[in-house]
Amino acid sequence: MTIQEVQQDRKKSPFYSRQAKLDRLNQWHEWKGYSSADVFYSAEFEYFAIRNSTGVFDLTPMTKYRITGPDSLDYIDRLVTRDMRKIKPGRVAYAVWCDDQGQVIDDGTIFHLKEGEYRLCSQERHMEWLTAAAIGLDVNIKEETADIAALAVQGPTSYSVLKNLGLDGVENLKLFGLMNFNFEGTDLMVSRTGYTGDLGYELWLDPSKAEALWDALFEAGSNYGIKAIGTAALEQSRIEAGYLAAYEDFLPALATVRTGRSRSPFELGLSWLVDFKKPNFNGRRALAREKRSGSTWQLVKLDVEGNKPANHSYIHTKKHGRFRQVGFVTSAAWSPICKHNIAIGTVRTPNGKVGDTLWVEIFYQREMHWTRVMAKAEVVDKPFWNPERRRVTPPGVY
Amino acid sequence: MTESYDAIVIGAGHNGLVCSALLAKAGKRVLVLEAKDQVGGAAITRSFATGYSVSACAHLLYQLQPKVRKDLGLKIEYAAENMETIALSPNGQHVRITGNRVEGVSDTDTDSYTAFYKRMTRFADLLQTYLNRPPARLANGTVKDLLTLARLGLDVRLLGKTEMREFLRLIGMNIYDELVERFESPLLRGAISLDAVLGTHLGPRSPNTILTYLYRLCGNHGKVSLPAGGMSSVTEALAHAARDNGATIRTGMPVKRIIIENGRAAGVETENGATFSSWLVVSNADPKSTIMNLVSPRNVETGFTRRVHNIRMHGNAAKLHLALDGLPTIEGLDKKDFGARMVIAPDENYVERAFNPAKYGEFSSNPVLEVTFPSFRDSSLAPSGKHVLSAIVQYAPYKLKGGWTDATRDEFMTAAIEKLAEYAPDLPQRVTASELLTPVDIEKEFRITGGHWHHGELTLDQFLFVRPVGGAAQYAMPLDGLYLCGAGAHPGGGISGAAGRNAARVILSREKAA
Repeated sequence: MTIQEVQQDRKKSPFYSRQAKLDRLNQWHEWKGYSSADVFYSAEFEYFAIRNSTGVFDLTPMTKYRITGPDSLDYIDRLVTRDMRKIKPGRVAYAVWCDDQGQVIDDGTIFHLKEGEYRLCSQERHMEWLTAAAIGLDVNIKEETADIAALAVQGPTSYSVLKNLGLDGVENLKLFGLMNFNFEGTDLMVSRTGYTGDLGYELWLDPSKAEALWDALFEAGSNYGIKAIGTAALEQSRIEAGYLAAYEDFLPALATVRTGRSRSPFELGLSWLVDFKKPNFNGRRALAREKRSGSTWQLVKLDVEGNKPANHSYIHTKKHGRFRQVGFVTSAAWSPICKHNIAIGTVRTPNGKVGDTLWVEIFYQREMHWTRVMAKAEVVDKPFWNPERRRVTPPGVY
Repeated sequence: MTESYDAIVIGAGHNGLVCSALLAKAGKRVLVLEAKDQVGGAAITRSFATGYSVSACAHLLYQLQPKVRKDLGLKIEYAAENMETIALSPNGQHVRITGNRVEGVSDTDTDSYTAFYKRMTRFADLLQTYLNRPPARLANGTVKDLLTLARLGLDVRLLGKTEMREFLRLIGMNIYDELVERFESPLLRGAISLDAVLGTHLGPRSPNTILTYLYRLCGNHGKVSLPAGGMSSVTEALAHAARDNGATIRTGMPVKRIIIENGRAAGVETENGATFSSWLVVSNADPKSTIMNLVSPRNVETGFTRRVHNIRMHGNAAKLHLALDGLPTIEGLDKKDFGARMVIAPDENYVERAFNPAKYGEFSSNPVLEVTFPSFRDSSLAPSGKHVLSAIVQYAPYKLKGGWTDATRDEFMTAAIEKLAEYAPDLPQRVTASELLTPVDIEKEFRITGGHWHHGELTLDQFLFVRPVGGAAQYAMPLDGLYLCGAGAHPGGGISGAAGRNAARVILSREKAA
């Protein structure tokens, strides 16, 4: 018997060679077929790069689709719940898309690259749904995940780094805007977007120039505290920013088997993304019904007392001294920058109104023994971390 | 100037007419728009050669629901009623079937057939009750829906322990296995196989062909009649009923699109540019052309669009019309037998083999046929002494490899005539004019996507609660103000009128509730 060698390598991002050089811990995981680093040096260190200087995250594995054709606007507008007619060329929109039952399939960002040409970015793959949505419309949908190398450059000094890289005019780039630059003869698209809730940018270019861009970026950022960051640091910062993650804070509707396990945009606190002025979009009828009759679930941002992260905890109400379980935590972290113990969770309505007091059941282990505390948690409205510098144009020099 | 109506019905097919008549009867101002110059849809009589007329698509009446007749007080004149079916044998040893009687087979078969027919008609009666009601909603249903479902369960249980078990065993099964177990006579097995698969993309060994057989028996226990003057007399009678109740019918008005305003149906625009407004638009067109062409997917949601897009509705039956200068000779048949319905399906395997090529996009070179000589009983259809042959010929797949051309159509027609000549050798020289409608021709002439006479394959996954598609099985489409009333909706095709009647009842009861 012979053993055949099978090509099973995970895909390597075009930035891999540079990331591998910086890597001290060899902690990687799989992200849509690519190797993606959990952490390079230390999660805390990388987290503070995001909040105090600049963190660089490789988001090449992020799923990217190019949508073109005469009906592309009609197509996108029907696909997502928000009004895409308001998103002009050169702008980016955060959006969710739903099935006919008004349940969220995924969230993502849509880049209006130029008139009638869009890029849709999401964590998950969606070709099947996007193709179904194209039935009867004149659009062309192409997956371009591997055709584009992408970096997130996030943190207070990120603007200074890009300026130092020679991107003239980037000071005029507004939040959710995009601009094109010339980088060594190649188009470099820069969008002022991100997943950290801080001042930050995302850079998009042809993979052949990926390593050159990385080198130039780290050169330009050498005096601005630039650091490569992994998923662990990013996860901590996205919770602070109150952003949702698929498979954590919600399940993509098409991946659920049991009824009631998916969520509507209302149930995820995204009612601002649902525009009933549009006569038709996927999920409209179901969402209109839900708006009339009320939602079952409510997403909550929680400020939890104490310092023990409330991961996977049940959420309770307390009435007449008795606890009643009403939901559970989906994401939790200690926020070093806010000095708060924060969590995102899902509770049954009518619980979870802003200002409500809930109780989180936290289990923790001390020298093998398990202990439980009931920690008080207040439902808050605003993201935990949402600094002014994220929005200011031109951005501050830090 | 836009004329305004309480309801606009797109298409004056028989279901559209039934629905219009009932809506008009309830006091609505109804406008019916028909693309052709003649009402009737696929139930019309038209000329195919000078002096010769024929029921151009559907040619026999066996499913018209008694409730439809009653509600509209229809009076239909018949040229022939309760026709005999003759399963032709090449050597003249034919088998004759009328109701629960069969001749030309062994005594065992005679008894078995009587028992089989009794059971089948009993099951068909059960089914018929539900064909004449809107299907219950399975999810998010009302108390009424739950009661309907409970009633269905109870009715099945009330068949008795043995019969309930039989019903549940048979309902999803193929007819082939049942026939082989039950009957000795190949001709009898062939004839019943043909009844089970007529008009479908199914062979006798395909699943749920017992269901399609039962479907055929719903209404009149499979008794076949020939309306005097052809099918148009049925649809003309329906059109009269609609007009008598105050509906306006306009022919030669093909609808281009359904006008959508603020996410709801608001009227229609015709191809010649006329617009009519109404908050209630009822489509007698098939679900695919209604949603894909008249509404446009951009006005409905993706999941629904995908389900409609995926409805299986590729027709597989062709229609053959021959003008004959006299009746042919068939061994073992008297002249009077030409008033019967004849089938060419020598045995169950023959029918299955005829279906085989269709699976791969080829037509049957040995087709199965359902043959009638309507002019024998109805002299209005042909010049004196001359005759018309009208036959359904299977299988002729809509998606023929290489597509249907004049050459392939001729080839298929030759195969059909050659098959007929095996039984009636002098037939070819008696043919003075001929016409063959393939599913593509049927699609074009009758505006049925795929040329499928049920507006969607009649299989369990497209039946009852999921017809035409899940989430839209109660006639109301997921677009406010838009309803379906044609064969694509529950229960299905055939000149039955059940879909049109159910749709009208749903529309009226919804209005009452609102």
